[in-house]
Amino acid sequence: MAEIILSGKPLAVSPLKVSQPVGASLAFLGLARAMPLEHGARGCTSFNKLFFMRHFQEPIALQTTAMDEVATVIGADGNVVEALRTIAERNAPDVIGLLTTALSETQGADIPRTIHVFRESFPEHDGIAVVPVSASDTLGCLETGFAAAVEAIIAALVPETRSAVRRPRQVNVLASSMLSPADIEAIKEWVEAFGLHPVMLPDIGDSLDGHMIEEGFSTVTYGGTSRADIATMGESIATLVIGNSLHRAADLLHERTGVPDHRFASVSGVEACDAFTTALSEIARRSVPARLERQRAQLIDAMVDCHFQLGGARIAVAADADLLEATIRFLLGTGAEVVASVAAARTSGLADLPVDRVVVGDLEDLETLARKAGAELLIANSHGADVAARLGVPLLRAGFPLSDIYGGHARCLVGYRGSRQMLFDIANLLAARQRAVAPYRSIYWQGTPRDQEVVATVPAALAAH
Amino acid sequence: MRPDEIAALRHEPTCSHNEGPKAGCARPQPGATQGGCCFDGARNALLPIADVAHIVHGPIGCAGSSWDGRGSRSSGATLYRVGMTTDLSEMDVIMGRGEKRLFHAIKQAIDTYKPAAVFVYATCVPALNGDDFEAVAKAAQARWGVPVVPIDGAGFYGNKNLGNRVAGDAMLRHVIGTREPDPVPLGAQRPGITTHDVNLIGEWNIGGEFWNVAPLFDELGLRVLCTFTGDARFREVQTMHRAEANILVCSKAMIKVARALQDNHATPFFEGSFYGAAATSQALRGFADILNDPGLTRRTEAVIAREEAATEAALAPLRPLLQGRRVLIFAGGYKSWSLVSAMQDLGMNVVATGTEKSTEEDKARIRALMGPDARMIEDNDQTALLRTFHEQQADIMIAGDRYIYPTLKARLPFLDVDHVRSIGYAGYTGAVELARNLAVTLHSPVWRHARTPPSWTRQAA
Repeated sequence: MAEIILSGKPLAVSPLKVSQPVGASLAFLGLARAMPLEHGARGCTSFNKLFFMRHFQEPIALQTTAMDEVATVIGADGNVVEALRTIAERNAPDVIGLLTTALSETQGADIPRTIHVFRESFPEHDGIAVVPVSASDTLGCLETGFAAAVEAIIAALVPETRSAVRRPRQVNVLASSMLSPADIEAIKEWVEAFGLHPVMLPDIGDSLDGHMIEEGFSTVTYGGTSRADIATMGESIATLVIGNSLHRAADLLHERTGVPDHRFASVSGVEACDAFTTALSEIARRSVPARLERQRAQLIDAMVDCHFQLGGARIAVAADADLLEATIRFLLGTGAEVVASVAAARTSGLADLPVDRVVVGDLEDLETLARKAGAELLIANSHGADVAARLGVPLLRAGFPLSDIYGGHARCLVGYRGSRQMLFDIANLLAARQRAVAPYRSIYWQGTPRDQEVVATVPAALAAH
Repeated sequence: MRPDEIAALRHEPTCSHNEGPKAGCARPQPGATQGGCCFDGARNALLPIADVAHIVHGPIGCAGSSWDGRGSRSSGATLYRVGMTTDLSEMDVIMGRGEKRLFHAIKQAIDTYKPAAVFVYATCVPALNGDDFEAVAKAAQARWGVPVVPIDGAGFYGNKNLGNRVAGDAMLRHVIGTREPDPVPLGAQRPGITTHDVNLIGEWNIGGEFWNVAPLFDELGLRVLCTFTGDARFREVQTMHRAEANILVCSKAMIKVARALQDNHATPFFEGSFYGAAATSQALRGFADILNDPGLTRRTEAVIAREEAATEAALAPLRPLLQGRRVLIFAGGYKSWSLVSAMQDLGMNVVATGTEKSTEEDKARIRALMGPDARMIEDNDQTALLRTFHEQQADIMIAGDRYIYPTLKARLPFLDVDHVRSIGYAGYTGAVELARNLAVTLHSPVWRHARTPPSWTRQAA
């Protein structure tokens, strides 16, 4: 049981938190031929678009209702209808994710009414699904916005059915925002290894993995879960839910379809991976493929090899709740100590984290806590780089945004393989700044040539085991 | 090197077992042995001399995969970390161009790196070829005015221990005694403290571990003329003959050097270790005893009292994690007993210790520490070692890095005490670090995962 400490500062310094609209938009970016539409000022979307572009190194489909001062005061419903029509005409997407922002929420947008007006006025666009999500910036964080969008997608696009299992080899996978495109890919392969066909919701592994397409540039998403696939989710044999943030979405899916679900806080680290593998094996009624057993054996081997570095290593983590939990559980499984945990926003699962306390705060809080606890490694998003530099410790980048490295979105931290890579990455970062004995210079060297020598630093190669 | 020279290096009159069969010199069993060669031992012994260009004269096999593999750290000069080899090619061997190549290699090293000296290590192929590399070294030194020291320890001459002796012998012949020490700097002179010059022989500064102890030497007024060879400089090795007392840390490899200094320069020496708090205190007392300076004795006791109290305080939370745990130690030479005492200090139960490279004296020390029935393991075969581990119901293996991965594969906790490790365990602070690392590995959750099969196989079984 973790004690939850709200930092209660009037000023967030070096924010960790990313807004709900970003999270909600991200979920829509994982649907095929989709366009997220943020109901807010142009600036909101401009920032968010750049944020995604830097993180994914991809063009991003993202639109805005461009609320101006008049619309903000008089009413912006017209902007929504106009934006929906424009997107429908110009981009002809399959899905428009209509999400609110703090501005439109505060103003009091009547989203159901705007959709109604749009449908009434433009029946020719009936084929385009419009999925509304309430995603105020003033609440939650990226993860909760993402979860709300997944819930909204289920509500809008999964028909209420009680059909028998018509697709016995199909499983639904609700995938939390903590999962990168590479993570999603790995999970798909994992499921497929049991002869099952996964319907990922959403599937940023298909849309934001960074691949070239024949057509070149596209104004809508480059891939993702198709509406047709989403419509069949009620016919699947089971639902796998990865990430506690998706419990409400999972409840809704279960309520609408009756498909039994299996929930996983994470799929990183041997225990979590085993649980997922076992579930797949039971659902598929197939034994665990030799390839997976080999990967598991490789992970165990790496855990043993790296345990000198990881054992007792003091690590500070800052992330949204799902990633925070996955990371903490992973680290504890390797013998590392989690000396500081900072969550971007308060969510229901935080209290269950296997640490003494979780601070809901920012990267300044992380810095303070990490310094006080003598952390040897930070795990945070790219904004943690400066914090790490000030603390003089390495940073393992994880979360959103990963804006100062290439291929951040292509890093896989899940499954036996991804866990092994994360383990190696952490061990290498720790090794590079080994608890080395500081060079000592004797007082008897004064005036000798040794006195003139430049003090050697620890070469990285030396520190490697 | 001639057979009689090799025999002379093995001859050690101060050793009680000199006339008997030499355990340390047992012939390795082809096909069932492991361990380094003479070249390996010679280079290992001298490589920590940091401002020297260490040239391996031989084909790439000798240096190619082995350079940059020593955990010895330097406080400044880094030249020792630059791998240098003549990388003899097939044509060099066939056409007999090795000597010429070496001559140019020495020039290149001097031109590029301005080393304090060049050490040239012979290896099997040029030894077999009959390269007169000593003549080349002499010619190069005369030509370029930089000391060039030949170290004749071709791999096939014998084992690593012999290589250590070859290295010490080369220093005695070519380097030690070629310069006088600098005067004691004014800034280091303190009222009431007489400075005594000492050497540490066979202390390698692995992971910088001697820096855990070095400040105490300064504090006590013990000027280390040379740490042979951890973090040493060429010009310090030159002055070793002027020390008033020597401590022999790595007991047997470098005893030749300690004995020669005693015979030729009347410098007394004693054997000691910096592994464990008790051993460190004992080593500091050793100097006070030999140097016969009442002030030094008094200060030494005060330092020991202070450091031991601090160590005990730091160890207190770790002790419950280690108490009664069963340790199997497999380390050569002096470590076969110095680690036993260090583990016993921590309340651990040493169930067996390896004696592959131990001398009769090492073994006597082991018996003194572990009792007459001490279980000693001669055989370095890994399978047998693991069998002993299980027979003895050990909790952890402590050994050199060669044993790390076989042990880990067997899902057994392991602590690396090899020369390539990067963590310093010497001295009082090192003792705490050692205890901490023991606790970490013993209590790591990875063992549980490693030993538990996945649930699906458990269900199937």
